[in-house]
Amino acid sequence: MASKFINITLKIWRQKNSKAKGALETYTLNDVSTDSSFLEMLDQLNEQLINEKQSPIAFDHDCREGICGMCSLYINGRAHGPDTGITTCQLHMRMFKDGDTIYVEPWRSRAFPIIKDLMVDRSAFDRIQQAGGFVSVNTSGRTMDANAIPIPKADADKAFEAAACIGCGACVASCKNGSAMLFVGAKVSQYALLPQGKVEATDRVLNMVRQMDEEGFGNCTNTGACEIECPKGISIENIARMNREFLKGALTKA
Amino acid sequence: MSKLNSRIPEGPIAEKWTNHKNHMKLVAPNNRPKIDVIVVGTGLAGASAAASLGEMGYNVKAFCFQDSPRRAHSIAAQGGINAAKNYQNDGDSVYRLFYDTIKGGDYRAREANVHRLAEVSGNIIDQCVAQGVPFAREYGGLLDNRSFGGTQVQRTFYAAGQTGQQLLLGAYSALSRQIGLGRVKMYHRHEMMDLVKIDGKARGIIARNLVTGELERHSAHAVVIASGGYGNVYFLSTNAMGSNVSAAWKVHKRGALFANPCYVQIHPTCVPVHGTNQSKLTLMSESLRNSGRIWVPKKKEDAEAIRAGKLKPTQIAEEDRDYYLERRYPAFGNLVPRDVASRAAKERCDAGYGIEANDTNEGVYLDFASEIKSKGKQAAYALGDHDPSEERMIELGKKWIEEKYGNLFQMYQKITDENPYETPMKIYPAVHYTMGGVWVDYNLQSTIEGCFVTGEANFSDHGANRLGASALMQGLADGYFVLPYTVSDYLANEIRTGKIATDSPEFDAAENEVKETIDRFLNNNGSKSVDHFHKRLGLIMWNKVGMGRSEQGLKQAIEEIGLLREEFYKDVYVPGSSDEMNPELEKVMRVADLIELGQLMAVDALHREESCGGHFREEHQDSEGETLRDDENFKYVGAWEYNGSDSKQSTLHKEDLNYEFIKIAARNYK
Amino acid sequence: MSNSVLFKSSIAKKYFMALTGLFLCTFLVGHLLGNLQLIFKTGEEGRRAFNEYAYFMGHNLFIKVLSYTTYIALIVHAVDGIMLTIQNKKARPVKYAYNNPKANSGTASRNMAILGTLILVFLATHMANFWWKAKITEEIPLHSLVKTVDYPVGQNPATGEMITKPIEVTHYLNTNGTYQQFKVKDPSTGQEQKLFEIKNKHEFYDLTSHVKIGDGYKDLHTVVMTFFSKENSSALFGVIFYVISMLVLGYHLWHGFASAFQSLGLNHPLYMPIIKKVGMAFSIVVPFLFAIIPVIIYMNH
Repeated sequence: MASKFINITLKIWRQKNSKAKGALETYTLNDVSTDSSFLEMLDQLNEQLINEKQSPIAFDHDCREGICGMCSLYINGRAHGPDTGITTCQLHMRMFKDGDTIYVEPWRSRAFPIIKDLMVDRSAFDRIQQAGGFVSVNTSGRTMDANAIPIPKADADKAFEAAACIGCGACVASCKNGSAMLFVGAKVSQYALLPQGKVEATDRVLNMVRQMDEEGFGNCTNTGACEIECPKGISIENIARMNREFLKGALTKA
Repeated sequence: MSKLNSRIPEGPIAEKWTNHKNHMKLVAPNNRPKIDVIVVGTGLAGASAAASLGEMGYNVKAFCFQDSPRRAHSIAAQGGINAAKNYQNDGDSVYRLFYDTIKGGDYRAREANVHRLAEVSGNIIDQCVAQGVPFAREYGGLLDNRSFGGTQVQRTFYAAGQTGQQLLLGAYSALSRQIGLGRVKMYHRHEMMDLVKIDGKARGIIARNLVTGELERHSAHAVVIASGGYGNVYFLSTNAMGSNVSAAWKVHKRGALFANPCYVQIHPTCVPVHGTNQSKLTLMSESLRNSGRIWVPKKKEDAEAIRAGKLKPTQIAEEDRDYYLERRYPAFGNLVPRDVASRAAKERCDAGYGIEANDTNEGVYLDFASEIKSKGKQAAYALGDHDPSEERMIELGKKWIEEKYGNLFQMYQKITDENPYETPMKIYPAVHYTMGGVWVDYNLQSTIEGCFVTGEANFSDHGANRLGASALMQGLADGYFVLPYTVSDYLANEIRTGKIATDSPEFDAAENEVKETIDRFLNNNGSKSVDHFHKRLGLIMWNKVGMGRSEQGLKQAIEEIGLLREEFYKDVYVPGSSDEMNPELEKVMRVADLIELGQLMAVDALHREESCGGHFREEHQDSEGETLRDDENFKYVGAWEYNGSDSKQSTLHKEDLNYEFIKIAARNYK
Repeated sequence: MSNSVLFKSSIAKKYFMALTGLFLCTFLVGHLLGNLQLIFKTGEEGRRAFNEYAYFMGHNLFIKVLSYTTYIALIVHAVDGIMLTIQNKKARPVKYAYNNPKANSGTASRNMAILGTLILVFLATHMANFWWKAKITEEIPLHSLVKTVDYPVGQNPATGEMITKPIEVTHYLNTNGTYQQFKVKDPSTGQEQKLFEIKNKHEFYDLTSHVKIGDGYKDLHTVVMTFFSKENSSALFGVIFYVISMLVLGYHLWHGFASAFQSLGLNHPLYMPIIKKVGMAFSIVVPFLFAIIPVIIYMNH
């Protein structure tokens, strides 16, 4: 790991709160190690701002290992930046060159209102989950033995791939329509693929889609941008599966 | 110094929990909606507790500082969850899981708790499968298992390298269901600022809405703290950036004892430190030790050449490699417990064999080349090719590795820009988990009545060292299967209490205290950032209260932290105001608590004149560098009482550990 | 709830988009097969074949139902598309200052609404050119054939040879398949005589009994040929417009074809690659064949 140091210019969206008007502000930052992650670069900028008694940039982040889904950021026109298969916290500065200008914006979606600067409110996802993203089983632990129903490995693997969603919202952010269908499709698919989830599959998809529409997300036009930008590589096959499940539900549910 | 009563039920170990459950008090369904319960934290322990209590019919309020309950750091657990199912037919049983956990904890855990954990472990898997958690399966459709450190059976259930995520999403789905049904009210982006005690009982919390900055009063008949561990006291750890000790520390400040703070788990397989702006360390799952072999060069000059970039690890001949874990611990080899593996790495690096080109040369290799070949050969045979070429074996072996650990390998490559399929991973130990925590009795109740503490935030199940894949087990066991009973037992006496008012003098006082602290920091007008102090604290902790601890170092640490605390209060600068989203304000409040805790850890480490598990006192080791326990003098839980922000003033209380069912012995993995 | 779900939810909008889209694809195939007769058969044979085909398309009950379905599909496809676009615009009230969508999606997929609108403009023009004339104003001449025959006017008494005089006989092609004499004209005198009369633009009526004796074919073929013929001063513009429009259609189909299957939930790892390939082939071949027709006509006439 031969580390290099680069100087960069940043254009960052600053917005005091949800109601304030925001604007892009320009910052320069020198001596950024190429081994730093993108968020460590922002830490460095914030340290600089704090030392200058300026207001640091608010951005969401937590685990910094690509699994919690808290970090967001639209970097140089792409969700989670120019690399693929990663979240912003896994993006490293070696992806940039000395002298680069980097645009950093929050997720843009009507359903994700800005809280401050680069932070957005993604509780719409929670509400969609609350509308049906579960198996209605009590937590007694006294169900049946875990091996009572064998599940074909292929189905279990597919369910896992869908379940790998970290709920970061990159799909919504990068979709030109601001659609949440990859998120919802992944959740619907995970459960639809497992025998435990099949029982309520119809109600689940109808309820989750209803909530998704109420939240003000756009509609899928199959551009496929979401699956390219999804840090977990979740396939739009899951959206197709949701479409199937929904059709089944819409045609059979009285 | 008083003796603590852990309220362990009488009777043979295998019957304690069942008997206890049969005799605890219940709250009738019609009374439950009249009772409020607060749950702070929504990781595995918190989410499962909130979901279970909500499902029973209590009015539950759940709090998390993240933007969604699904973000809690349980999500980052990679490798797996243990359960004594014995699906692999390799001799596992409840007793063995119990025994392995006690032994792994270096005989510093409470027998009764651990046995209960082992008993309910199977239910966890049943529960999770019923919830739709997509565990890894074999081609026959049944659940797959793998091995973890410190065990000789395969009892670890997993979902690729994302087991914590899948389990947390399972608990989150159960919680979401209750939120959707209106039985749990979720407060996200809310941080608990203080516990409110009325007549000695926990009666509510002061919470800060992190978006608006508003302070809120929430009352309840019981408060469950599930706020995780305190590894971030080291600044660099595998914990999430937001992970903190504050909720637990506030409870401690209000009178709950804090037990075994010095028991910290340093995880052996993390990506080594690379630079000064580094904000956190990344874990590479312990499951990798199933397939990887750990080594450093046998010759110092090779290590030097590697650090200088003149040699590549693949150029070191087999006979010039020191597979030091296999050499020192032939019975367990690369699968020794974490504390043992970590110390062995430190020993080699201290001796000058480290291979990482960072300031401290701290790094060793985790090599998959042998596994790639052997699995590749198996795969070739399975495909009917009984004489595979070397290339074919390697190609198939890489595929096997990718299926098993693909996400970890990708994560490693993104961080280091090196391809671990081609060259061995570089790893080094990093702070990962804290076994210490708020002292709780068998019912998981702290020394404050009505204040329960669960998951990593309590101290109860892992002794001085936690075995891999046991944290997930504990979090879910406590939340799904223990707290619903024990909290109900407590609440049975509360059915006549009625709604608890939030305009009492106690609430006023608590809120005012919080307000004063916030104002004090905002008006401090210091010159240095919060991170500046946090990093300095971390450095002291890592160097002096880290993997190797000495009397002299600990004494220095205690003094240095004391001075750091004073400087911190004088010179910390917090921008912004209290009525807005202000991440620096959040941090300063957390770091204030971490400083006090850090000092207490050093105090605890200094008083514990023995080596056990994650606590290694250099004065107490045998000739081969293994830990030397002192069962005669230190076979107890050290629980500290808060006496002000100078942790030197804390008072020690002891809970004796009695081993009735396991013969206490020196830990041996050779 | 199912009824409202089928009309209101966002996913249902996708079904309608997909179903109407795929239906319109089948329409394209039918339309293309007809059009190809414009270039694959020549002379009177080609003209006749095309006009007969056009007549069939206008009079077969099944085709009629199909064509009304096409109109409906087209309207639903357009209206649904507009609704989708409005919903999608609303979903992102503040745009990105810097966006790089090329990195994750195809140009066609991101511009379906614009492409669709362009196609709608084309359709309006196309229908005004042909459909409106054929169906509404019926300003299309009937399929006629003028033959000059030597009409005997007497006999040369010296040689005994027949004395003839060229006269023009106009035939109308009757839907019963025969060329029916409509009028005769003496070019030298300009005298002409009708043999029956035409009412309602295409119906043949006997001059004396006023009984309908037949029905004529509209000569759409000639209209098309004239429209794209070099002799027509605006033809070049027309040809270019048609070719560009087909390019637009191609782009629309490039994304639309496979997308429709995805919307209907028909995405399977085994079949999706095939569907995608078929979609690509379809989106190239069909618009290409449509586009070369005016080009060939322009070159040959």
